Amino acid sequence: MAQAPAPAVRFVDVSRHYGDVRAIDNLSLEIADGEFFSLLGPSGSGKTTCLRLIAGFEQPDVGHIAIHGKPVQGVPPYQRDVNTVFQDYALFPHMSVGENVEYGLMIRRVPVVERRRRAGEMLDLVKLGGLDHRKPAQLSGGQRQRVALARALVNRPRVLLLDEPLGALDLKLREQMQVELKALQRQVGITFVYVTHDQGEALAMSDRLAVFNQGRIEQLGPPGEIYDRPATRFVASFVGVSNVCDAALAQMLTGRAQAFTIRPEKIRLAEPLSMAPDSWRSIGGVVESVVYLGAATRFQVLLEEGGRLSALRQNTDDAAKTPVAGDRVRVSWQPKHEHPLQESA
Amino acid sequence: MTTLVHGETTSPVQRLANALYLHPRLLLFLLLTPPLLWLGVIYLGSLFTLLAQSFFYIDDFSGMVVREFSFATWGQLFTLSNFDIILRTVLMAAVVTVAAALLAFPLAYYMVRHASVRMKALLYLGVMLPLWSSYLVRVYSWKLILAKEGVITWLAETLHLTWLLNGILAIPVIGGPSLSTSDIGTFLVFLYVWLPFMVLPIVAALERVPKSFLEASADLGAPPRDTFRRIILPLALPGVVAGSIFTFSLTLGDYIIPGIVGTSHPFLGQAVYAHQGTAGNIPLAAALTIVPVVIMGAYLVVSKRMGAFDAL
Repeated sequence: MAQAPAPAVRFVDVSRHYGDVRAIDNLSLEIADGEFFSLLGPSGSGKTTCLRLIAGFEQPDVGHIAIHGKPVQGVPPYQRDVNTVFQDYALFPHMSVGENVEYGLMIRRVPVVERRRRAGEMLDLVKLGGLDHRKPAQLSGGQRQRVALARALVNRPRVLLLDEPLGALDLKLREQMQVELKALQRQVGITFVYVTHDQGEALAMSDRLAVFNQGRIEQLGPPGEIYDRPATRFVASFVGVSNVCDAALAQMLTGRAQAFTIRPEKIRLAEPLSMAPDSWRSIGGVVESVVYLGAATRFQVLLEEGGRLSALRQNTDDAAKTPVAGDRVRVSWQPKHEHPLQESA
Repeated sequence: MTTLVHGETTSPVQRLANALYLHPRLLLFLLLTPPLLWLGVIYLGSLFTLLAQSFFYIDDFSGMVVREFSFATWGQLFTLSNFDIILRTVLMAAVVTVAAALLAFPLAYYMVRHASVRMKALLYLGVMLPLWSSYLVRVYSWKLILAKEGVITWLAETLHLTWLLNGILAIPVIGGPSLSTSDIGTFLVFLYVWLPFMVLPIVAALERVPKSFLEASADLGAPPRDTFRRIILPLALPGVVAGSIFTFSLTLGDYIIPGIVGTSHPFLGQAVYAHQGTAGNIPLAAALTIVPVVIMGAYLVVSKRMGAFDAL
């Protein structure tokens, strides 16, 4: 009987503490081969520690880790088939770009001609062809980021780890790099493990993602699932903007005292006297604030019976006039977009 | 009339501060002028005066300085006795530098990479503590330690290693009747006195190597010895060179230590001191002084060519 291929990375009951602080608390996960997997969470949630455990810069205190089926207990980083793109790029300043990219190959005694060729190919792949003689200090941030990427990829690792690689770039460049990274991953077929605190980035790029909070994974799944069906209050509020309706408000709105979340874009804003379809929930309120976001506008509405909801509306060329602060409005949504909530573990 | 914000009054001091803020180049000029004057007039000026002196010569009959341009004094540098002095001093400086680098590097490496915060503070203190005491006191202490009746001899006797000590003293040229009257003794004292000047720049250079570099190197497959050779060493090299500039130049010019601990063969500093003193041969003293300047200049050029400052 054919066996499923071993997962690229497997954590079993892993814990890592620094004194009293539990950076990682009894964590288990599996990352499939060839997947773009993101570790998402706020600072200090354990995602970077997780990455460092895979890379080998730290060892778990409890539990074990396997990479492609092989346990890596006590295996140092230079013996793992894993490469890392660091947050500060860590390009060696005393070497040229070409020498930086060739570094891993040089260490493994790949002959000069071949390693120069492979480094050249890799630099072309990240669109830095011809810059191999420059020094890292002469490059822009975006260029350095690509060199770091090339340096890691040229070794053909089976798993590539990326530690918030786009953090230092401006928005436009970051968005461009997100698309390029995703395309690159598809092209080379390597497992990418991507750490970020930017949920938009994680949603855009990942096949699956894990949301971290205080050393534990609160939810793991594909982006759509995380976004539309957040498992806990933390996930709902961390990933995207969300409306969290606690049990009391829910009781008023739906008749059942079950807390739920609903995404702002699912809420429709209309004239106070307008009628929503029968199946929809509908309630009146007053607009508290209007935030213009370019492509959309966000409205904060204070409901008649208390509580607040945030609604997001696309700025299409509608005849309907845009409410301003102080206007009375009617908010409505379909019950199917409510997602029941359990509290964080 | 200028309108004032918040009704502040501008005192003369405030006006001066505003003027300097608005004219940064003026501020720079005012800040740089005193040290540049010092550097230019007192330091460089005196150095050039000295250089000028070296182009005069001593009249053999009258023993007076003849202020006419001549290369005669420079020619005297190449007499056997003078050249011997220069060579001995340069060799000693080189040996001291190499030994200091070999001793300082592991210590600095430990301090930066492995020592706990407390241990590191203690080591810093330990390295710098000698500099708080008098230079002469330290040198004389070493004279006593290295003397024939001193601690080293006693230690050798207790450990039944007298044969080793005698063997070391019997080495031709650098040996001698006792450690404190041999070139080996001079070397040891130089090494001790200049070690802090080698340790501290290397510590500074090693601390500037971010941990992520070492992790990146390991991540790319380099075992620790490769990381050391290819990442740490090249990046620490400017520190070693900086330290070596200290030890080399300080040894070249020193005239106190060889006089207290060592043989009667003079070093460069002692020769300069003797010539400008009782002998009254200022031109020769000046010419001898220029030698270390030229040597250090050449040293710096070679270091730069070899890429020692590339990682800066």
